[in-house]
Amino acid sequence: MAQSSQATDGMDSVPALLQRNATRFGDKPAYREKEYGIWQCWTWAEAEKEIEALALGLINLGVNEGDFIAIIGRNRPHFYWSMVAAQSVGAIPVPLYQDAAADEMAYVMDHCGARFAIVQDQEQVDKLIEVQEGLHQLEHMIYVDPRGLRKYDHHKLHRYIDIQEQGRAAYYEWIEDLKARREKLTYDSVCVMLYTSGTTGKPKGVVLSNRNIIEASKSSSEFDKLTRDEEVLAYLPMAWVGDFIFSIGQAYWCGFCVNCPESPETMQTDLREIGPTYYFAPPRVFETQLTNVMIRMEDAGKLKKWLFDHFMTHARRVGPAILDGKPVGGMDRLKYALGNLCIYGPLKDTLGLGRVRVGYTAGEAIGPEIFDFYRSLGINLKQLYGQTEASVFITLQPDGEVRSDTVGVPAPGVEIRISDTGEVFYRGPGTFEYYYKNEESTKKTKDSEGWVATGDAGFFEDGSGHLRIIDRAKDVGKMADGQMFAPKYVENKLKFYPNILEAVVFGHQREQCSAFINIDLTAVGNWAERNNIGYASYQELAGNPRVLDMIQSHVEEVNRGLADDPMLSHCQVHRFLVLHKELDADDGEMTRTRKVRRGVISEKFEDLLGALYDGSSEIYTTTEVTYEDGRKGAISATLQIRDAAVVPVETAKVAAE
Amino acid sequence: MNDMTPDGYTTEDGRKIGAVVMEMRNITLRFGGVVAIQDISFDIREGEIRAIIGPNGAGKSSMLNVVSGFYHPQEGEVWYKGAKRPTMKPYEVAQQGIARTFQNIALFEGMTVLDNVMTGRIRQMSAGLLSQAIWKGKAEREEVENREVVEKIIDFLEIQHIRKTPVGRLPYGLKKRVELARALAAEPSILLLDEPMAGMNVEEKEDMSRFILDVNDEFGTTIALIEHDMGVVMDLSDRVVVMDYGKKIGDGSPDEVRQNQAVIDAYLGVAHD
Repeated sequence: MAQSSQATDGMDSVPALLQRNATRFGDKPAYREKEYGIWQCWTWAEAEKEIEALALGLINLGVNEGDFIAIIGRNRPHFYWSMVAAQSVGAIPVPLYQDAAADEMAYVMDHCGARFAIVQDQEQVDKLIEVQEGLHQLEHMIYVDPRGLRKYDHHKLHRYIDIQEQGRAAYYEWIEDLKARREKLTYDSVCVMLYTSGTTGKPKGVVLSNRNIIEASKSSSEFDKLTRDEEVLAYLPMAWVGDFIFSIGQAYWCGFCVNCPESPETMQTDLREIGPTYYFAPPRVFETQLTNVMIRMEDAGKLKKWLFDHFMTHARRVGPAILDGKPVGGMDRLKYALGNLCIYGPLKDTLGLGRVRVGYTAGEAIGPEIFDFYRSLGINLKQLYGQTEASVFITLQPDGEVRSDTVGVPAPGVEIRISDTGEVFYRGPGTFEYYYKNEESTKKTKDSEGWVATGDAGFFEDGSGHLRIIDRAKDVGKMADGQMFAPKYVENKLKFYPNILEAVVFGHQREQCSAFINIDLTAVGNWAERNNIGYASYQELAGNPRVLDMIQSHVEEVNRGLADDPMLSHCQVHRFLVLHKELDADDGEMTRTRKVRRGVISEKFEDLLGALYDGSSEIYTTTEVTYEDGRKGAISATLQIRDAAVVPVETAKVAAE
Repeated sequence: MNDMTPDGYTTEDGRKIGAVVMEMRNITLRFGGVVAIQDISFDIREGEIRAIIGPNGAGKSSMLNVVSGFYHPQEGEVWYKGAKRPTMKPYEVAQQGIARTFQNIALFEGMTVLDNVMTGRIRQMSAGLLSQAIWKGKAEREEVENREVVEKIIDFLEIQHIRKTPVGRLPYGLKKRVELARALAAEPSILLLDEPMAGMNVEEKEDMSRFILDVNDEFGTTIALIEHDMGVVMDLSDRVVVMDYGKKIGDGSPDEVRQNQAVIDAYLGVAHD
């Protein structure tokens, strides 16, 4: 590691990178945020001053080296500054999911023992006050948005700007301390602690050092030739490692500008206005965008729809090849150029993806059809495979070698090994230090040689050397007759239909597969409107017989597709039901990053699962739900269970193997 | 009401309420033979949230229309900021710093949210027709200044995402919020809200209540509101006037009003002997 340490030129902490950026390109934009309808801008030099003032204020407030500072808010420059200010004073920033319910937050706050919290607004302050009884370490809260907080007791509560103001006032008292603390930071000191959402069990605090973050940012930036001129839109949860790497790690390493949307609702407009050149989104975002495009095309005039369909068919055929620089005939190129002029270009612009040079999707497998849709438009969308524990990058797809079914080659500096059981292991400079206060889990995950178990099953493809992930190792099961059961694969096929938002497939240790399905309210609602189907609620729409018919046709289509796949033809969905509620993180059915928690779901809906296998045609059920403010309620419904037609599998084929 | 003095009082949640800004003295309003309001007096103090409640047809909206200058009472006086108010046109009342929203939303449906809210700034703009037309100097400067105020209100009411959306395309709850934004854009000293939660679902009501409280807290705006939803009224307001058949039957803090026998009878009905 000594070698890479030299290579960074003394740039061995994020605050050091900030100093470099402020001196070297101080007048270039570092942060933009849309506020009051205008993009407000801070240059690197200005950002450095803001961060310094806050850091001085934090010292003034009594922050010690090694303290934990919880940061709870949506993507705003203030919170990015808070992270770097915390690092500058030798404290450890711990970003948390701002939509977490109070008791979820209490666990994490208690686990890290944060003495300070920098939060967004009244909502977050209220949540922390609610759980404060159990949080003995929490001393001070700093908030950004003062609305509604005027009447609160301000002994332990401070306005963000006041802390900065106090910092400026106490400049001469503390500046030497600040400098000393900053200089003490090394490649080995802790950069950030991030909690993994965890599809099972309690969240774990992943400790990442400056080495992890900077090495990962550096090598990935070089991999994709990122420059100072990139524009990114920061809209993904700040508590997620991806956002930390893109909006802090790579942004500070390269010196590019991070743009923050005005509010979560304006994300799409802001995306268009900024036109990022480097873009990152989980599959869900691409799915939603595609669904919206498809809905709007359904409503478009005949000519427009014909044009769209015609050119999209052409794009699907030749688009990805053109993007990968493969030989394509002259006429096809000409037609693609024409399509670009009247369809692809305007569409990309509407989506805000017109300038994207490098786009990534990760977090979950993306449906091949969705992936190809974006690639065929000429958007360089690639996949990467990563984890919090790896500082994101395990594998990346190089330009020109992009496919929807692989996740690419090992990231620079990362070694990968496949164990005998098929599980993927990796090690590299980004590999996390340890789980905070959880030595047992650390030992279980990371062995003495630094190899980390991913929990995913996969293999290297012959020829290309790309890694293919089959499924979560623990999700891959065996059906009663001993054949492989890969739920995620089937779910992704189902989720490609815009009408299906979420699917959970069961089949481990069972004779046949069955599924829970969530409809997509936007897509199905639009369809209902066009077909004059009235509905008052999600539940009513989900139970409509015509909606069930439609979903049934989708399931049967998926079954036909699966029948052609010799490895998975037995995973066809025999029976399914449409759930009466959306799976939700507030109810613990999904993680905050929207991955389904199979265990929780099969326990919670045990009765429904039973009904899928006992042959009944309907079942009455009552489910507890948690509202956004933490209150609980119950909804009940009678759900129809449908049998889907399956294509008979030729048993001879299996027998022959 | 604890410790009411001429200079004001302190509410249960610790807010300081100031002196009387508006006083209705013995108001009587008739439409031909129908007596809509009969000899009603009450006051509104600076910084307070004052509610007017009552069953259907009690004369609540008429009362609000008297305050905002739409109706002119046959008898009685309106005192505003220590002086008797002469008979005024509604726009003159607006110029005095009284803004309102309507029970049936009265927005320009074809215009965007932003343009609608900008109309609330009309009092602050004085550039002439010519200047507006050539869009130089004063007109441009004024637009920028006023847009800034409007953007702060848009931010405050969290309607950034619909800034450029025509009002006609918005759902009901959001239209109500846009109307509130337009009223706030006038930077009123008294804000009159005519049934701000009518026709809303629980979630929208909660949002609206929060905004009303925030407006009062953040800008110190005095608010007089009419509302049907008793739960909302009792939670929001500092003092409540209760009307029934054009008469005032109660006046005081929500708790006092709740225990007032006349009020209970009016709302729950009374057994006839």
